[in-house]
Amino acid sequence: MAGKDDDVKVLGVVVSPFAIRVRIALNLKGVSYEYIEEDIFNKSELLLNSNPVHKKVPVLIHNGKPICESLVIVQYVDEAWAAAPSVLPADPYDRAVARFWAAYVDDKMFPGMAGVLFAATEEERAAKAEETLAAMAQLEKAFAECAGGKAFFGGDTIGYVDLALGSNLHWLEALRRMFDVALLDAGKTPLLAAWAERFVEAEAAKGVVPDAGVAVELGKKLQARAAAASTAA
Amino acid sequence: MAAAAEEKELVLLDFWVSPFGQRCRIAMAEKGLEFEYREEDLGNKSDLLLRSNPVHKKIPVLLHAGRPVCESLIILQYLDDAFPDTPHLLPPANSSSDAAYARARARFWADYVDKKLYDCGSRLWRLKGEPQAAARREMVEILRTLEAELGDGEFFGGGEGGRLGFVDVALVPFTAWFYSYERCGGFSVEEVAPKLAAWARRCGQIDSVAKHLPSPEKVYDFIAVLKKKYGVE
Repeated sequence: MAGKDDDVKVLGVVVSPFAIRVRIALNLKGVSYEYIEEDIFNKSELLLNSNPVHKKVPVLIHNGKPICESLVIVQYVDEAWAAAPSVLPADPYDRAVARFWAAYVDDKMFPGMAGVLFAATEEERAAKAEETLAAMAQLEKAFAECAGGKAFFGGDTIGYVDLALGSNLHWLEALRRMFDVALLDAGKTPLLAAWAERFVEAEAAKGVVPDAGVAVELGKKLQARAAAASTAA
Repeated sequence: MAAAAEEKELVLLDFWVSPFGQRCRIAMAEKGLEFEYREEDLGNKSDLLLRSNPVHKKIPVLLHAGRPVCESLIILQYLDDAFPDTPHLLPPANSSSDAAYARARARFWADYVDKKLYDCGSRLWRLKGEPQAAARREMVEILRTLEAELGDGEFFGGGEGGRLGFVDVALVPFTAWFYSYERCGGFSVEEVAPKLAAWARRCGQIDSVAKHLPSPEKVYDFIAVLKKKYGVE
Protein backbone atom coordinates (compact mmCIF):
# COMPACT_ATOMS: atom_id res chain seq x y z
CA MET A 1 0.00 0.00 0.00
CA ALA A 2 1.45 3.37 -0.97
CA GLY A 3 2.42 5.34 2.10
CA LYS A 4 4.19 8.28 3.62
CA ASP A 5 7.77 7.40 2.74
CA ASP A 6 7.07 6.99 -0.92
CA ASP A 7 9.05 8.97 -3.44
CA VAL A 8 6.65 10.65 -5.83
CA LYS A 9 7.66 12.92 -8.68
CA VAL A 10 5.51 14.53 -11.34
CA LEU A 11 7.00 15.76 -14.60
CA GLY A 12 4.67 18.37 -16.04
CA VAL A 13 4.09 21.72 -17.64
CA VAL A 14 2.24 24.36 -15.60
CA VAL A 15 -0.47 24.91 -18.22
CA SER A 16 -0.86 21.32 -19.37
CA PRO A 17 -4.39 20.07 -18.60
CA PHE A 18 -2.97 16.55 -18.57
CA ALA A 19 -0.41 17.38 -15.90
CA ILE A 20 -2.85 19.52 -13.91
CA ARG A 21 -5.35 16.67 -13.52
CA VAL A 22 -2.62 14.40 -12.12
CA ARG A 23 -1.51 17.03 -9.59
CA ILE A 24 -5.06 17.68 -8.40
CA ALA A 25 -5.61 13.92 -8.03
CA LEU A 26 -2.51 13.67 -5.83
CA ASN A 27 -3.76 16.64 -3.78
CA LEU A 28 -7.15 14.96 -3.34
CA LYS A 29 -5.35 11.95 -1.91
CA GLY A 30 -3.11 14.05 0.32
CA VAL A 31 0.05 12.75 -1.38
CA SER A 32 3.20 14.88 -1.25
CA TYR A 33 5.18 14.97 -4.44
CA GLU A 34 8.07 16.72 -6.09
CA TYR A 35 6.93 18.73 -9.07
CA ILE A 36 9.38 19.12 -11.95
CA GLU A 37 8.51 21.68 -14.62
CA GLU A 38 9.56 20.59 -18.11
CA ASP A 39 10.47 22.83 -21.00
CA ILE A 40 8.58 21.24 -23.89
CA PHE A 41 11.00 22.86 -26.34
CA ASN A 42 13.94 21.27 -24.48
CA LYS A 43 12.83 18.04 -22.82
CA SER A 44 14.90 16.64 -19.94
CA GLU A 45 16.75 13.32 -20.01
CA LEU A 46 14.52 12.19 -17.16
CA LEU A 47 11.40 12.81 -19.24
CA LEU A 48 12.79 11.16 -22.36
CA ASN A 49 13.93 8.12 -20.36
CA SER A 50 10.69 7.88 -18.35
CA ASN A 51 8.36 8.15 -21.34
CA PRO A 52 10.38 6.88 -24.31
CA VAL A 53 7.21 5.89 -26.23
CA HIS A 54 5.45 9.27 -26.31
CA LYS A 55 8.08 11.65 -24.83
CA LYS A 56 5.30 13.71 -23.28
CA VAL A 57 4.20 15.09 -19.93
CA PRO A 58 2.77 14.21 -17.55
CA VAL A 59 4.80 11.37 -16.10
CA LEU A 60 4.35 10.16 -12.53
CA ILE A 61 7.42 8.50 -11.08
CA HIS A 62 6.52 6.48 -7.98
CA ASN A 63 9.49 4.98 -6.15
CA GLY A 64 11.41 5.10 -9.42
CA LYS A 65 8.69 3.52 -11.58
CA PRO A 66 7.23 5.71 -14.33
CA ILE A 67 3.55 5.80 -15.21
CA CYS A 68 2.45 7.67 -18.35
CA GLU A 69 -0.79 8.94 -19.95
CA SER A 70 -2.75 11.26 -17.70
CA LEU A 71 -5.94 9.21 -17.28
CA VAL A 72 -3.87 6.06 -16.70
CA ILE A 73 -1.95 7.99 -14.04
CA VAL A 74 -5.13 9.31 -12.38
CA GLN A 75 -6.51 5.75 -12.13
CA TYR A 76 -3.16 4.58 -10.77
CA VAL A 77 -3.22 7.29 -8.09
CA ASP A 78 -6.79 6.30 -7.23
CA GLU A 79 -5.79 2.65 -6.81
CA ALA A 80 -2.35 3.02 -5.21
CA TRP A 81 -3.69 5.38 -2.52
CA ALA A 82 -6.96 3.50 -2.16
CA ALA A 83 -7.70 4.52 1.44
CA ALA A 84 -8.32 8.18 0.59
CA PRO A 85 -11.57 9.32 -1.09
CA SER A 86 -12.18 7.59 -4.45
CA VAL A 87 -11.82 9.48 -7.69
CA LEU A 88 -13.72 6.83 -9.68
CA PRO A 89 -17.10 5.70 -8.35
CA ALA A 90 -17.51 2.22 -6.88
CA ASP A 91 -20.42 1.04 -9.03
CA PRO A 92 -19.27 -0.70 -12.25
CA TYR A 93 -21.80 1.08 -14.47
CA ASP A 94 -21.03 4.50 -12.98
CA ARG A 95 -17.34 3.81 -13.54
CA ALA A 96 -18.01 3.06 -17.21
CA VAL A 97 -20.00 6.29 -17.56
CA ALA A 98 -17.19 8.30 -15.89
CA ARG A 99 -14.58 6.72 -18.19
CA PHE A 100 -16.76 7.48 -21.20
CA TRP A 101 -17.05 11.21 -20.42
CA ALA A 102 -13.39 11.62 -19.48
CA ALA A 103 -12.45 10.06 -22.82
CA TYR A 104 -14.97 12.38 -24.50
CA VAL A 105 -13.25 15.44 -23.01
CA ASP A 106 -9.90 14.31 -24.40
CA ASP A 107 -11.14 12.99 -27.76
CA LYS A 108 -13.71 15.67 -28.63
CA MET A 109 -13.47 18.79 -26.46
CA PHE A 110 -9.68 19.13 -26.31
CA PRO A 111 -9.02 18.81 -30.08
CA GLY A 112 -11.68 21.47 -30.70
CA MET A 113 -10.02 23.76 -28.18
CA ALA A 114 -6.56 23.13 -29.64
CA GLY A 115 -8.01 23.77 -33.07
CA VAL A 116 -9.18 27.22 -31.97
CA LEU A 117 -5.63 28.05 -30.90
CA PHE A 118 -3.89 26.69 -33.99
CA ALA A 119 -6.41 27.68 -36.68
CA ALA A 120 -4.71 29.12 -39.75
CA THR A 121 -7.73 31.16 -40.83
CA GLU A 122 -10.62 32.89 -39.08
CA GLU A 123 -12.97 30.52 -40.89
CA GLU A 124 -11.17 27.52 -39.44
CA ARG A 125 -11.15 29.11 -36.00
CA ALA A 126 -14.91 29.64 -36.14
CA ALA A 127 -15.43 26.02 -37.18
CA LYS A 128 -13.27 24.75 -34.31
CA ALA A 129 -15.08 27.03 -31.88
CA GLU A 130 -18.39 25.52 -33.02
CA GLU A 131 -16.95 22.03 -32.51
CA THR A 132 -15.83 22.93 -28.99
CA LEU A 133 -19.19 24.49 -28.14
CA ALA A 134 -20.96 21.34 -29.36
CA ALA A 135 -18.75 19.27 -27.05
CA MET A 136 -19.50 21.61 -24.15
CA ALA A 137 -23.24 21.22 -24.84
CA GLN A 138 -22.86 17.43 -24.57
CA LEU A 139 -20.88 17.82 -21.36
CA GLU A 140 -23.61 20.08 -19.94
CA LYS A 141 -26.06 17.19 -20.42
CA ALA A 142 -23.53 14.77 -18.95
CA PHE A 143 -23.16 16.98 -15.90
CA ALA A 144 -26.91 16.99 -15.30
CA GLU A 145 -26.93 13.17 -15.48
CA CYS A 146 -23.76 12.47 -13.51
CA ALA A 147 -24.02 15.10 -10.77
CA GLY A 148 -27.65 14.37 -9.94
CA GLY A 149 -28.05 17.78 -8.35
CA LYS A 150 -24.71 17.67 -6.53
CA ALA A 151 -21.72 19.97 -6.86
CA PHE A 152 -19.47 17.90 -9.12
CA PHE A 153 -19.63 15.23 -11.84
CA GLY A 154 -18.31 12.95 -9.09
CA GLY A 155 -21.04 13.97 -6.64
CA ASP A 156 -20.09 15.78 -3.44
CA THR A 157 -16.39 15.70 -4.23
CA ILE A 158 -14.20 16.07 -7.30
CA GLY A 159 -14.19 12.91 -9.39
CA TYR A 160 -12.75 11.52 -12.58
CA VAL A 161 -14.70 13.61 -15.08
CA ASP A 162 -14.24 16.76 -12.98
CA LEU A 163 -10.49 16.22 -13.21
CA ALA A 164 -10.60 15.60 -16.97
CA LEU A 165 -12.65 18.69 -17.78
CA GLY A 166 -11.63 21.02 -14.95
CA SER A 167 -7.97 20.79 -15.94
CA ASN A 168 -8.87 22.58 -19.20
CA LEU A 169 -10.70 25.59 -17.71
CA HIS A 170 -7.74 28.00 -17.82
CA TRP A 171 -7.37 27.34 -21.54
CA LEU A 172 -11.04 28.05 -22.21
CA GLU A 173 -10.55 31.43 -20.52
CA ALA A 174 -7.21 32.02 -22.28
CA LEU A 175 -8.86 31.47 -25.66
CA ARG A 176 -11.62 33.91 -24.72
CA ARG A 177 -8.99 36.56 -24.04
CA MET A 178 -6.97 35.78 -27.16
CA PHE A 179 -9.80 35.44 -29.70
CA ASP A 180 -12.90 36.86 -28.01
CA VAL A 181 -14.62 33.47 -28.28
CA ALA A 182 -16.71 32.30 -25.31
CA LEU A 183 -16.30 28.52 -25.16
CA LEU A 184 -17.63 28.31 -21.59
CA ASP A 185 -20.75 30.44 -21.81
CA ALA A 186 -23.09 30.75 -18.83
CA GLY A 187 -25.91 31.46 -21.25
CA LYS A 188 -25.33 28.23 -23.18
CA THR A 189 -24.01 25.88 -20.46
CA PRO A 190 -25.16 27.32 -17.12
CA LEU A 191 -24.52 24.15 -15.11
CA LEU A 192 -20.94 23.93 -16.33
CA ALA A 193 -20.34 27.65 -15.76
CA ALA A 194 -21.40 27.29 -12.12
CA TRP A 195 -19.46 24.04 -11.76
CA ALA A 196 -16.32 25.69 -13.16
CA GLU A 197 -16.33 28.30 -10.41
CA ARG A 198 -16.66 25.60 -7.75
CA PHE A 199 -13.87 23.54 -9.35
CA VAL A 200 -11.24 26.27 -9.40
CA GLU A 201 -12.09 27.22 -5.80
CA ALA A 202 -11.67 23.67 -4.54
CA GLU A 203 -8.80 23.15 -2.11
CA ALA A 204 -7.16 20.43 -4.22
CA ALA A 205 -7.20 22.64 -7.32
CA LYS A 206 -5.76 25.76 -5.67
CA GLY A 207 -2.22 26.46 -6.69
CA VAL A 208 -2.46 23.92 -9.50
CA VAL A 209 -4.90 25.50 -11.96
CA PRO A 210 -2.89 28.45 -13.28
CA ASP A 211 -4.11 31.92 -14.10
CA ALA A 212 -5.35 32.15 -17.68
CA GLY A 213 -2.68 34.79 -18.37
CA VAL A 214 0.03 32.14 -18.19
CA ALA A 215 -1.81 30.09 -20.80
CA VAL A 216 -2.25 33.18 -23.01
CA GLU A 217 1.54 33.71 -22.99
CA LEU A 218 2.32 30.12 -23.95
CA GLY A 219 -0.58 30.11 -26.41
CA LYS A 220 0.90 33.03 -28.30
CA LYS A 221 4.29 31.29 -28.45
CA LEU A 222 2.76 28.02 -29.68
CA GLN A 223 0.68 29.87 -32.27
CA ALA A 224 3.74 31.73 -33.57
CA ARG A 225 5.74 28.52 -33.81
CA ALA A 226 2.95 26.74 -35.69
CA ALA A 227 2.59 29.65 -38.12
CA ALA A 228 6.34 29.76 -38.75
CA ALA A 229 6.44 26.01 -39.33
CA SER A 230 3.64 26.15 -41.90
CA THR A 231 5.14 29.04 -43.87
CA ALA A 232 8.51 27.29 -43.87
CA ALA A 233 7.02 24.00 -45.15
CA MET B 1 -42.07 -15.12 -28.16
CA ALA B 2 -38.46 -13.90 -28.33
CA ALA B 3 -37.36 -11.59 -25.55
CA ALA B 4 -36.69 -8.00 -26.66
CA ALA B 5 -33.00 -7.25 -26.96
CA GLU B 6 -33.24 -4.82 -24.07
CA GLU B 7 -34.43 -7.54 -21.68
CA LYS B 8 -31.65 -10.04 -22.33
CA GLU B 9 -28.72 -9.94 -19.94
CA LEU B 10 -25.87 -9.20 -22.41
CA VAL B 11 -26.34 -7.96 -25.97
CA LEU B 12 -23.48 -6.77 -28.18
CA LEU B 13 -24.22 -4.39 -31.06
CA ASP B 14 -21.33 -4.95 -33.44
CA PHE B 15 -20.02 -5.25 -36.99
CA TRP B 16 -18.39 -8.47 -38.12
CA VAL B 17 -14.94 -7.16 -39.11
CA SER B 18 -14.54 -4.56 -36.34
CA PRO B 19 -11.46 -5.28 -34.23
CA PHE B 20 -13.04 -3.17 -31.47
CA GLY B 21 -16.13 -5.38 -31.43
CA GLN B 22 -14.00 -8.52 -31.54
CA ARG B 23 -12.24 -7.41 -28.35
CA CYS B 24 -15.60 -7.52 -26.57
CA ARG B 25 -16.58 -10.91 -28.05
CA ILE B 26 -13.25 -12.47 -27.07
CA ALA B 27 -13.42 -10.95 -23.57
CA MET B 28 -16.89 -12.37 -22.94
CA ALA B 29 -15.83 -15.75 -24.32
CA GLU B 30 -12.77 -15.78 -22.04
CA LYS B 31 -15.06 -14.98 -19.13
CA GLY B 32 -17.57 -17.67 -20.08
CA LEU B 33 -20.29 -15.06 -20.45
CA GLU B 34 -23.20 -15.82 -22.79
CA PHE B 35 -24.22 -12.91 -24.97
CA GLU B 36 -26.44 -12.15 -27.93
CA TYR B 37 -24.52 -10.89 -30.95
CA ARG B 38 -26.35 -8.39 -33.14
CA GLU B 39 -24.85 -7.42 -36.48
CA GLU B 40 -25.37 -3.77 -37.37
CA ASP B 41 -25.62 -2.44 -40.92
CA LEU B 42 -23.34 0.59 -40.59
CA GLY B 43 -24.98 2.17 -43.62
CA ASN B 44 -28.36 1.88 -41.91
CA LYS B 45 -27.87 1.94 -38.16
CA SER B 46 -30.60 0.52 -35.96
CA ASP B 47 -32.71 2.68 -33.66
CA LEU B 48 -31.34 0.62 -30.79
CA LEU B 49 -27.75 1.56 -31.70
CA LEU B 50 -28.58 5.24 -32.20
CA ARG B 51 -30.46 5.32 -28.87
CA SER B 52 -27.74 3.40 -27.05
CA ASN B 53 -24.79 5.45 -28.32
CA PRO B 54 -26.27 8.83 -29.26
CA VAL B 55 -22.95 10.62 -28.74
CA HIS B 56 -20.77 8.60 -31.16
CA LYS B 57 -23.33 6.40 -32.96
CA LYS B 58 -20.66 3.69 -33.21
CA ILE B 59 -20.26 0.02 -32.47
CA PRO B 60 -19.43 -1.82 -30.35
CA VAL B 61 -22.08 -1.16 -27.72
CA LEU B 62 -22.65 -3.62 -24.90
CA LEU B 63 -26.13 -3.66 -23.43
CA HIS B 64 -26.26 -5.14 -19.94
CA ALA B 65 -29.85 -5.57 -18.77
CA GLY B 66 -30.69 -2.85 -21.25
CA ARG B 67 -28.05 -0.30 -20.09
CA PRO B 68 -25.50 0.69 -22.74
CA VAL B 69 -21.73 0.67 -22.25
CA CYS B 70 -19.74 2.23 -25.11
CA GLU B 71 -16.08 2.26 -26.22
CA SER B 72 -14.37 -1.13 -26.42
CA LEU B 73 -11.69 -0.67 -23.73
CA ILE B 74 -14.32 0.77 -21.39
CA ILE B 75 -16.48 -2.30 -22.12
CA LEU B 76 -13.55 -4.59 -21.24
CA GLN B 77 -13.01 -2.85 -17.89
CA TYR B 78 -16.76 -2.89 -17.25
CA LEU B 79 -16.81 -6.67 -17.79
CA ASP B 80 -14.02 -7.07 -15.22
CA ASP B 81 -15.86 -4.81 -12.74
CA ALA B 82 -19.39 -6.15 -13.26
CA PHE B 83 -18.43 -9.84 -13.36
CA PRO B 84 -15.71 -10.12 -10.70
CA ASP B 85 -16.12 -13.88 -10.37
CA THR B 86 -15.06 -14.47 -13.98
CA PRO B 87 -11.42 -14.71 -15.19
CA HIS B 88 -10.02 -11.20 -15.01
CA LEU B 89 -8.34 -9.32 -17.86
CA LEU B 90 -6.63 -6.74 -15.66
CA PRO B 91 -4.85 -7.83 -12.48
CA PRO B 92 -7.40 -7.19 -9.70
CA ALA B 93 -7.01 -3.96 -7.76
CA ASN B 94 -6.01 -4.76 -4.22
CA SER B 95 -4.02 -2.99 -1.58
CA SER B 96 -0.66 -3.51 -3.27
CA SER B 97 0.72 -0.80 -5.49
CA ASP B 98 2.33 -3.57 -7.56
CA ALA B 99 -1.13 -4.54 -8.80
CA ALA B 100 -1.89 -0.87 -9.43
CA TYR B 101 1.35 -0.59 -11.42
CA ALA B 102 0.56 -3.70 -13.48
CA ARG B 103 -2.91 -2.28 -14.22
CA ALA B 104 -1.42 1.08 -15.22
CA ARG B 105 1.03 -0.62 -17.52
CA ALA B 106 -1.74 -2.67 -19.16
CA ARG B 107 -3.91 0.43 -19.62
CA PHE B 108 -0.97 2.33 -21.13
CA TRP B 109 -0.31 -0.36 -23.74
CA ALA B 110 -3.98 -0.88 -24.62
CA ASP B 111 -4.18 2.89 -25.09
CA TYR B 112 -1.07 2.69 -27.30
CA VAL B 113 -2.80 0.11 -29.52
CA ASP B 114 -5.86 2.40 -29.71
CA LYS B 115 -3.86 5.49 -30.56
CA LYS B 116 -1.59 3.92 -33.16
CA LEU B 117 -2.59 0.71 -34.86
CA TYR B 118 -5.95 1.25 -36.56
CA ASP B 119 -5.09 4.70 -37.88
CA CYS B 120 -1.71 3.71 -39.25
CA GLY B 121 -3.21 0.58 -40.79
CA SER B 122 -5.86 2.68 -42.53
CA ARG B 123 -3.21 4.94 -44.00
CA LEU B 124 -1.35 1.87 -45.27
CA TRP B 125 -4.23 0.73 -47.46
CA ARG B 126 -5.66 4.14 -48.26
CA LEU B 127 -2.54 5.97 -49.44
CA LYS B 128 0.06 5.55 -52.14
CA GLY B 129 3.60 6.72 -52.85
CA GLU B 130 5.58 8.49 -50.12
CA PRO B 131 2.70 8.87 -47.64
CA GLN B 132 2.16 5.10 -47.84
CA ALA B 133 5.89 4.49 -47.38
CA ALA B 134 5.77 6.72 -44.31
CA ALA B 135 2.81 4.70 -42.99
CA ARG B 136 4.78 1.50 -43.55
CA ARG B 137 7.76 2.83 -41.59
CA GLU B 138 5.42 3.86 -38.81
CA MET B 139 3.70 0.45 -38.80
CA VAL B 140 7.04 -1.36 -38.51
CA GLU B 141 7.95 0.94 -35.62
CA ILE B 142 4.62 0.20 -33.89
CA LEU B 143 5.03 -3.56 -34.28
CA ARG B 144 8.60 -3.44 -32.96
CA THR B 145 7.53 -1.30 -30.00
CA LEU B 146 4.80 -3.79 -29.12
CA GLU B 147 7.24 -6.67 -29.50
CA ALA B 148 9.66 -4.95 -27.09
CA GLU B 149 6.87 -4.73 -24.51
CA LEU B 150 5.98 -8.40 -25.01
CA GLY B 151 9.62 -9.36 -24.49
CA ASP B 152 9.99 -13.10 -23.94
CA GLY B 153 6.54 -13.42 -22.39
CA GLU B 154 3.99 -15.89 -23.67
CA PHE B 155 1.36 -13.15 -23.46
CA PHE B 156 1.40 -9.46 -22.53
CA GLY B 157 0.40 -10.50 -19.04
CA GLY B 158 -2.02 -9.71 -16.26
CA GLY B 159 -4.70 -12.14 -17.34
CA GLU B 160 -6.05 -14.78 -14.98
CA GLY B 161 -3.80 -17.79 -14.60
CA GLY B 162 -1.42 -16.84 -17.41
CA ARG B 163 -4.28 -16.50 -19.90
CA LEU B 164 -5.10 -13.62 -22.22
CA GLY B 165 -4.92 -10.30 -20.44
CA PHE B 166 -6.13 -6.78 -21.17
CA VAL B 167 -3.43 -5.93 -23.70
CA ASP B 168 -3.66 -9.31 -25.42
CA VAL B 169 -7.42 -8.88 -25.91
CA ALA B 170 -6.96 -5.25 -27.02
CA LEU B 171 -4.36 -6.22 -29.63
CA VAL B 172 -5.28 -9.68 -30.87
CA PRO B 173 -8.10 -8.63 -33.27
CA PHE B 174 -5.53 -6.66 -35.24
CA THR B 175 -3.63 -9.88 -35.98
CA ALA B 176 -6.35 -10.64 -38.53
CA TRP B 177 -5.19 -7.43 -40.27
CA PHE B 178 -1.48 -8.31 -40.32
CA TYR B 179 -1.78 -10.07 -43.68
CA SER B 180 -3.44 -6.95 -45.17
CA TYR B 181 -0.81 -4.64 -43.65
CA GLU B 182 1.90 -6.89 -45.17
CA ARG B 183 0.28 -6.92 -48.62
CA CYS B 184 -0.39 -3.16 -48.69
CA GLY B 185 2.89 -2.16 -47.07
CA GLY B 186 5.22 -4.69 -48.65
CA PHE B 187 6.83 -6.03 -45.49
CA SER B 188 6.67 -9.15 -43.33
CA VAL B 189 5.55 -9.17 -39.69
CA GLU B 190 7.55 -12.36 -39.18
CA GLU B 191 10.70 -10.53 -40.32
CA VAL B 192 10.26 -7.23 -38.49
CA ALA B 193 8.72 -8.62 -35.28
CA PRO B 194 9.14 -12.43 -35.04
CA LYS B 195 8.17 -12.65 -31.35
CA LEU B 196 4.99 -10.71 -32.00
CA ALA B 197 4.24 -12.98 -34.97
CA ALA B 198 4.72 -16.00 -32.69
CA TRP B 199 2.43 -14.41 -30.09
CA ALA B 200 -0.20 -13.93 -32.81
CA ARG B 201 0.03 -17.60 -33.79
CA ARG B 202 -0.15 -18.64 -30.13
CA CYS B 203 -3.30 -16.55 -29.63
CA GLY B 204 -4.83 -18.03 -32.76
CA GLN B 205 -4.73 -21.44 -31.03
CA ILE B 206 -6.98 -20.20 -28.24
CA ASP B 207 -10.67 -21.08 -28.64
CA SER B 208 -12.10 -17.65 -27.89
CA VAL B 209 -9.80 -16.04 -30.46
CA ALA B 210 -10.20 -18.71 -33.15
CA LYS B 211 -13.97 -18.46 -32.80
CA HIS B 212 -14.26 -14.67 -33.02
CA LEU B 213 -11.63 -13.48 -35.48
CA PRO B 214 -12.27 -13.52 -39.24
CA SER B 215 -9.68 -15.10 -41.51
CA PRO B 216 -6.97 -12.72 -42.74
CA GLU B 217 -8.20 -13.35 -46.29
CA LYS B 218 -11.71 -12.18 -45.40
CA VAL B 219 -10.25 -8.99 -43.91
CA TYR B 220 -8.21 -8.41 -47.07
CA ASP B 221 -11.35 -8.87 -49.20
CA PHE B 222 -13.16 -6.39 -46.97
CA ILE B 223 -10.40 -3.83 -47.49
CA ALA B 224 -10.66 -4.38 -51.24
CA VAL B 225 -14.35 -3.46 -51.01
CA LEU B 226 -13.49 -0.34 -49.01
CA LYS B 227 -10.81 0.63 -51.51
CA LYS B 228 -13.34 0.47 -54.33
CA LYS B 229 -15.80 2.49 -52.28
CA TYR B 230 -13.23 5.22 -51.58
CA GLY B 231 -11.78 5.14 -55.08
CA VAL B 232 -8.35 3.87 -54.04
CA GLU B 233 -6.60 1.80 -56.66
